[in-house]
Amino acid sequence: MAKILIPTPLRPYTDKQDAVDASGATVGELLADLTRRHAGLKPHLYNEQGKLRSFVNVYVNDEDIRYLQKEQTPVTAGDTVSIIPSVAGGAPTVAEATSGVALPELTNDEIKRYSRHLIMPEVGVEGQRKLKAASVLCIGAGGLGSPAAMYLTAAGVGTLGIVDFDVVDFSNLQRQILHGTPDVGRSKLASAKDRLNALNPNVNIVTHDTAISSENALELFEPYDVIVDGTDNFPTRYLVNDASVLTGKPNAYGSIFRFEGQASVFATKDGPCYRCLYPEPPPPGLVPSCAEGGVLGVLPGIIGVIQATETIKLILGVGEPLIGRFLIFDALRMKFRELKLRKDPDCPVCGTHPTVTKLIDYEQFCGVGPAAAEATPVNTATEITSVELKQRLDRGDKLKIVDVREPNEYQINRIPGSELIPLGDVPKRVNELNPDDEIVVHCKMGGRSAKAADFLRSVGFKRVLNLKGGILDWIDKVDPSQPKY
Amino acid sequence: MVAERRVIITGDVEQSIREHGQETYPHECCGALVGKGDIVTTVVALPNTTEEGPRRRFLVRPSDYRQAERRAVEMGVELLGFYHSHPDHPSRPSQYDLDHAWPTFAYIIVSVMNGAAGDMTVWYLKDDRSSFEEGSLDHGENSHPHSAQTVHGQTGRG
Repeated sequence: MAKILIPTPLRPYTDKQDAVDASGATVGELLADLTRRHAGLKPHLYNEQGKLRSFVNVYVNDEDIRYLQKEQTPVTAGDTVSIIPSVAGGAPTVAEATSGVALPELTNDEIKRYSRHLIMPEVGVEGQRKLKAASVLCIGAGGLGSPAAMYLTAAGVGTLGIVDFDVVDFSNLQRQILHGTPDVGRSKLASAKDRLNALNPNVNIVTHDTAISSENALELFEPYDVIVDGTDNFPTRYLVNDASVLTGKPNAYGSIFRFEGQASVFATKDGPCYRCLYPEPPPPGLVPSCAEGGVLGVLPGIIGVIQATETIKLILGVGEPLIGRFLIFDALRMKFRELKLRKDPDCPVCGTHPTVTKLIDYEQFCGVGPAAAEATPVNTATEITSVELKQRLDRGDKLKIVDVREPNEYQINRIPGSELIPLGDVPKRVNELNPDDEIVVHCKMGGRSAKAADFLRSVGFKRVLNLKGGILDWIDKVDPSQPKY
Repeated sequence: MVAERRVIITGDVEQSIREHGQETYPHECCGALVGKGDIVTTVVALPNTTEEGPRRRFLVRPSDYRQAERRAVEMGVELLGFYHSHPDHPSRPSQYDLDHAWPTFAYIIVSVMNGAAGDMTVWYLKDDRSSFEEGSLDHGENSHPHSAQTVHGQTGRG
């Protein structure tokens, strides 16, 4: 016979006694005898497979049996055996949120609001409750993030997180429909929150005022079920992909450029990720950003809404998700194409033997940013600032200013006295320039002109200066009367 | 078992739970509910020792459990249950809560949205472990009129 101490929550099953006697030579036998005498205890101590539940701790004289011989631990008369609870719990995770367990109820207002969803069998009340239980994180409140966030909010996801650190600019308004003219100068998060709260006050809008980074991404993603990637640059895109894979969160991906958009669903359990498609980033500067190349304003509307659609399908568990399929949309031809995409078993992040097991330095990986700059040091003697340029022009220095942007950009603004030679035409028109002249090349922000400067030097030009920050910096620092784009 | 179970919370119990949830946000907080019968008179904040990520999980170690139970006995009261927070999630039990629940205990859950404590609910495990049933959370005679006002103000904010 040994004495077993019963914890508070189990005492109703032992006639309110805090200690009872049971017999047996081992802990296992003792507990078997205990549950024979007090049958109500059994389902709370043992699981369906007859094993002790993980949160049930058994101690023999203050020693956890896990560190003795488990249930074979011998017990002699006079030993005291204690059953001690671990108390555990937590908020629902992805699978639970969508598995139909513990789904939140809909209020009467919500039933009215979502009635067009509720009458469709693919959504119905249960689907709408899944949406309410779900939480989605939008990376960016810009072109793609705007329509995605608005439709997800209208559709009634329970929690919508938004990560952004930017401020609304006039040049955003042509496509970023979360923000209006009065919002220019406000933080995108504040503007987005107001707009989304007005659209659907039932949705919990969580704002993350930060630039997503390798330091914070995993923690940011943790509470969310689905990630919507609305980023506009390669380092962040690889970061979002890798963080999605590492946290096991599906990534509703979209990207846009000029008239073309792409969409897919990455980082599901058995599906491919962005790196299965593009293991390595393109050489820096090869693919221009929207700020450099432009984008049709409605294009993010189409792609962002595809991302929202895929997110909703993932939450509902209906239809054929865009997993293993890469959708390419051409707005000029108004055509959708679809590429098949397979999970790459050799993928460095989601393959069978991943080499990327934690987040890395993505700026360096993509060959941009400070780390990359160190690798190929920029000679400051090859750069000139707007203010220096203005001073030298005022001094009467003889400088040849070459604008390497496109003609339509030249129509918007220009530096007085500059000559337009678009980057692509520089090689064939190089004979129009005098290698002995001191030449200042510029573009919008400094990227294209750096390439033009490299080219000119490679063909023997000795004195070529790149205007740092491009014409945007010139307008900011020297000539604010001109429009920016 | 009676159809609907209830706890009565008195004094600054509600405020303590809310403040604890806000302090640990975005992580989950946890603690013990102590009192007599269905009246919770005191809460004991406990460390969240989970190793599975405190934004979605909490764990009270057996040693802390044992200490909470002993403290209750010393004070001549009982351990009535536990509370925990759901950061940025509704105050409804998850499957994980269900899988790890003990019978009899009252489980109070407070939802902490964007760092501000909101809804607070109480749940009891059904005898067959199939699900939780929601109990009623009542406010008892309040010995601190000032804290009652604060509590009320905070409820409105959630």
